[in-house]
Amino acid sequence: MQFFGGSEISPSPPVPTASGNNAHMMYVFNRNGVCLLYKEWNRPLHTLNPQQDHKLMFGLLFSLKSLTAKMDPTNADKGNLGVPQLPGQGCSFHSFRTNTYKLSFMETPSGIKIILVTHPKTGDLRESLKYIYGLYVEYVVKNPIYSPGSPIKSELFNTALDQYVRSIS
Amino acid sequence: MAPRSGDAIFSSIDRVNAELFTLTYGAIVRQLLTDLEEVEEVNKQLDQMGYNIGIRLIDEFLAKSGVSRCVDFKETADMIAKVLLFPPMFLGVTASVSSWDADGTCCSIVLEDSPLLYYCNVLSGFIRGALEMVSMKTEVTWTRDVLRGDDAYELQVKLLKQVAEEYPYKDDE
Repeated sequence: MQFFGGSEISPSPPVPTASGNNAHMMYVFNRNGVCLLYKEWNRPLHTLNPQQDHKLMFGLLFSLKSLTAKMDPTNADKGNLGVPQLPGQGCSFHSFRTNTYKLSFMETPSGIKIILVTHPKTGDLRESLKYIYGLYVEYVVKNPIYSPGSPIKSELFNTALDQYVRSIS
Repeated sequence: MAPRSGDAIFSSIDRVNAELFTLTYGAIVRQLLTDLEEVEEVNKQLDQMGYNIGIRLIDEFLAKSGVSRCVDFKETADMIAKVLLFPPMFLGVTASVSSWDADGTCCSIVLEDSPLLYYCNVLSGFIRGALEMVSMKTEVTWTRDVLRGDDAYELQVKLLKQVAEEYPYKDDE
């Protein structure tokens, strides 16, 4: 249920604003469900331990993707619910909103999933998520010491990410 | 070191002098030959190196080009030849797609000359790695090679299968 209208935002490379923290937390998963990154800025309530929390989030997204594709009224070709989809089939959801938060999601064809949980008034974060993907490529993928599929430990990436997310108002 | 601004990141496509690249690459191959001695072993290493490059570079390609999923293998092959290999994205090689088989699972990519091709197994590993990260298992082999006296460089790319995303956790955990 939406109490607040969303505001139109077109995020572009960082412009410092004074609004500070809008984001609650962020996850980055790869195609095998490994949580590459979890960042928390403002999360008053923890209900599960980190492993369970990550699995829950990944499972939620997996199911949501499947569900939204099957419910698509414009797509004639629908498989059975629960059957894994070939990449490229079906539509893909990009956000959902409750009265207390908004979850924005982006998945790349290579299976990298970026999730940002923010204040419910936040507008469309698709461009922001694309920018974060660009940061991932620059600081993580191009780092020869990083081995793909393992959790990200890069200081530079964390700092750049932190700076950028804080600037999204 | 402060993080670079977004503009700097997105507009930077670093270029390397072609001769420097050839010499560096040649030096790697020479060293591999010294360490491993067998040509077969060296080719396997080059393929593995190409694979390791491909699985990372696919993300850079996706981020810079902003393309979403290719609908089928035909579109993928076109994407490889025209965008991935062509300048200014990567590698600076001019390529064209041809010789599709009946089910559209196997095609040939013909490449014009480039310094990279003098020791070319890295390229086949590269394509294989990149495609695997977008859920396509392929087999990439060289069918024509100017160094062996053919008239062009030709790669055959065969789609083995498309791997759908599976739920990775077991239900009882």
